[in-house]
Amino acid sequence: MEKRVVFRHRLLPYLLVAPQILITLVFFIWPASQALYTSLLREDAFGLRREFVGFTNFQRLFNDPLYLDSVWTTLLFSAAVTFSILFFGLLFAAMADRIIRGITYYRTLLIWPYAVAPAVAGVLWLFMFNPTIGIIAYVLQGVGVSWNHNLNGTQALIMVIVASVWKQIAYAFLFFLAAMQSIPKSLIEAAAIDGAGPWKRFRTIIFPLIAPTSFFLMVVTLVYSFFDTFPIIDAVTSGGPARATEILVYKVFRDGFIALDLGSSAAQSVILMLIVIGLTVIQFRYVESRVQYQ
Amino acid sequence: MIERTRWLDWLAHATVLIGIAVVTFPLWLTFVASTHAPESFFRGLMPFWPGGRFLENYEQVLFEGVQGVGGAPVGTMLANSFVMAIAIAVGKIVISLLSAFAIVYFRFPFRMLCFWTIFVTLMLPVEVRILPTYEVAANLQLLNTYTGLVLPLIASATATFLFRQFFLTVPDELTEAARIDGAGPMKFFWDILLPLSKVNIAALFVILFIYGWNQYLWPLLITTGDQMTTIVMGIKRMVNVADSTPVWPEVMAVATLALLPPVVVVILMQRWFIKGLIDTEK
Repeated sequence: MEKRVVFRHRLLPYLLVAPQILITLVFFIWPASQALYTSLLREDAFGLRREFVGFTNFQRLFNDPLYLDSVWTTLLFSAAVTFSILFFGLLFAAMADRIIRGITYYRTLLIWPYAVAPAVAGVLWLFMFNPTIGIIAYVLQGVGVSWNHNLNGTQALIMVIVASVWKQIAYAFLFFLAAMQSIPKSLIEAAAIDGAGPWKRFRTIIFPLIAPTSFFLMVVTLVYSFFDTFPIIDAVTSGGPARATEILVYKVFRDGFIALDLGSSAAQSVILMLIVIGLTVIQFRYVESRVQYQ
Repeated sequence: MIERTRWLDWLAHATVLIGIAVVTFPLWLTFVASTHAPESFFRGLMPFWPGGRFLENYEQVLFEGVQGVGGAPVGTMLANSFVMAIAIAVGKIVISLLSAFAIVYFRFPFRMLCFWTIFVTLMLPVEVRILPTYEVAANLQLLNTYTGLVLPLIASATATFLFRQFFLTVPDELTEAARIDGAGPMKFFWDILLPLSKVNIAALFVILFIYGWNQYLWPLLITTGDQMTTIVMGIKRMVNVADSTPVWPEVMAVATLALLPPVVVVILMQRWFIKGLIDTEK
């Protein structure tokens, strides 16, 4: 879609886009190309010597058990986070869709955690899971689970998953609710007249009609679980104990910024870039395909 | 007509209420913890009702900082967070408005190249280009400055797309009328386009304020001095105190202060928030 009526000016349009383009070139494209370039080099930590090594950094990465562990942790973490967010978002939206009176208040009370910074969300749950004073640890002790996420890697992973899910349910909830409320009432009524009960209506009408939204939410939530959960990991567990919560984006940060293994960190950056690009392309393909529904 | 199933309505209310309880419980607990003396947390189970140390705890963290951690008082961090969040939101809106205006209302060589360059920023979050971006900022002398905190974050593909979509729906007749009346492009932008965009700007501002306030990784990289710490990144150091247990009441007071501004914004401007959230993802 294009405008028929436009202004004619030789210089003005360039001045208008200049700030955005400059910032993009300096802080996005140049650093990204640097990462690409560095990923093909081997450099010592002081930056004194560099040599071109081709794809060696990538080969080393894929033979590195620590990296493969991190890939596995990321998959587990992202799958758990994405599934839980979609499940609870859909559950609350389906229930809220039935409620007519008081829906605005319910909605307000459900969505506020979205505004909480991931790092702060992490601290809130860290406090509740604290082995000596935390309420959840206390309850778990009561049912015979000895909770200590400082020693037990699985427990630490569960804790960061819970914090990540809690923060983001609101997002899925809002999108599911908007999708459900845009379904024409006549469709639902027609099904009801034909004798379809609530569950059958949900399964055969509502669910298929919100499928595009579900797919879109899945992609967006995957991106969230891959990248936006960095603050939770950093503030709560710092990747520990014994790397049990070291997801890929945390490992890039740690290897590059703390361990100063520049070549490896750059190679990891490049892999993450490929993941984001892939997910973004899928997301935009969805936007195009959705047009057909309307 | 749809039948009313009474038990299902009850189930709906019950599920949503349980959801609200689970979602809100951490907030209550955080607030309660921030009103007690540290001694309340030596015994087994923490209290569930606010204590009497509300003023003391908040005064302590706001003006002096958390005991045993050092660093800037939380008042300074809050001020930094406000500056950063507002500057990011305003900056993103301004440069996106301008570039969307250029892309929609002008035909110029490299127009599509500009469009795709902006699009690419979507695919390159800070997290995947940490080190080289830090290097650029360091070379430009941006470490420990507000410019460094804000400038690299104000490019925005989503905001540009949103305004582009909106501008495309503005009737051409308006543009023609303005041109016949002799208005130049900037006058048209200022007097017609901008007032029409008010709703979109408000919705976007809410989303971007939250985005800016909640920034973590970039402030962590670019600031080293205490005077530049933002509250969201500052909280990490308070939790991970070496060799001792955190002073929980004060840490939780800081957490409350850190989450309050964006939460209040979402609750008070809920309508804009939901519009902004759903529009920016289209």
